Amino acid sequence: MFGERAVELVRGLHRAADGHLPAFDEDGARRVLEEMKALYEQNQADVNEAKSGRSDLIPTIKFRHCSLLRNRRCVVAYLYDRLLRIRALRWEYGSVLPNDLRFHMSAEEMEWFNQYKKSLATYMRSLGGGEGLDLTQDMKPPKSLYIEVRCLKDHGEFEIDDGTTILLKKNSQHFLPRWKCEQLIRQGVLEHVLS
Amino acid sequence: MSEAYFPVGPGLGPEENFLSLEDILMSQEKLPGRAEAALPRLAAVLGKAGAGAGQSDSIPEGSKVEIPLWLAKGLYDNKRRILSVELPKIYKEGWRTVFSADANVVDLHKMGPYYYGFGSQLLNFDNPENPEIAQTILQTFIGRFRRIMDDSQNAYNEDTSAVVARLDELERALFRAGQKGLNDFQCWEKGQASQITASSLVQNYRKRKFTDMDG
Repeated sequence: MFGERAVELVRGLHRAADGHLPAFDEDGARRVLEEMKALYEQNQADVNEAKSGRSDLIPTIKFRHCSLLRNRRCVVAYLYDRLLRIRALRWEYGSVLPNDLRFHMSAEEMEWFNQYKKSLATYMRSLGGGEGLDLTQDMKPPKSLYIEVRCLKDHGEFEIDDGTTILLKKNSQHFLPRWKCEQLIRQGVLEHVLS
Repeated sequence: MSEAYFPVGPGLGPEENFLSLEDILMSQEKLPGRAEAALPRLAAVLGKAGAGAGQSDSIPEGSKVEIPLWLAKGLYDNKRRILSVELPKIYKEGWRTVFSADANVVDLHKMGPYYYGFGSQLLNFDNPENPEIAQTILQTFIGRFRRIMDDSQNAYNEDTSAVVARLDELERALFRAGQKGLNDFQCWEKGQASQITASSLVQNYRKRKFTDMDG
């Protein structure tokens, strides 16, 4: 049956739940494109035959054409859903992605991610009367300016507003400005301790 | 659930959502049909090689075929009849009686798993039984919804896999939404709502990395 490979592509992505980004299935995508090419060529040949009198071929041509459209839909949906996931990464991880995740993207997706980062940064700079506003901050309404955090892994030195540097060592506990560490909490380096 | 990733949802009506992964998987479900015209050069594709005597690569007129929904929709055309579509058995009279007796006992995941979505799509084909099908789907949903809502709102920190296993994909989404609401509310009651937590994407990712290392 035509379209099986394309559905495999979609199924693989759908199985990766919760916005997790699986590696780009280059092989799968290429095989779908090959199938589409073959369908197109067969149809071209049959259309030429149909023109010269074999009108019984028309149902077959239509059948292949449907399969062609189906393959296109699957590939487009696959790519689009991946872009949605990649866009989410920008909000969840910040602008720098861990290396392993980069390897899950195709070159074009990397390019798209960089462009998205740029657009978002330009937009955020334009807000707040010329001073800029970081939209990824304060995803939950803040209750206090400083929060208690515990380090979950060694992160190295960290500079805060007043110029002092502190050492983020595993299991050490600190009282830090909220806006400075929100990103690190999101990334799982720090843990927010409720008093 | 990841906070920043919003997948394209299913269309849930007579129209499919073009970019929805769920709708693509739903329209891959097969239904029985019959070829109303001969389909030359396709026997191998439909897995019927050698069925017709003589013209071995042609699907003869009138032969039964199992086709996915997307193909049935694409080929369905009143002017040029290529295919006619029959109802899958769970939408037929016999099963409709079962659903009207007690919809709660049916394992819709085994029957579906896209019972509602697929059923709504069947209404695209001019079938004389369409009103009854639509009515059954609606009544089934009404009959089962209350229980899904109750279960999702009252199972806090419990193993829900037995309940979820019997639900259709649409019902599962509803169930998850209910559970998320319940969990968020409990979080708020405990005063944890203002706690900044690691992104679920990051958490998930780390879990996966550890399991990779174990394996």
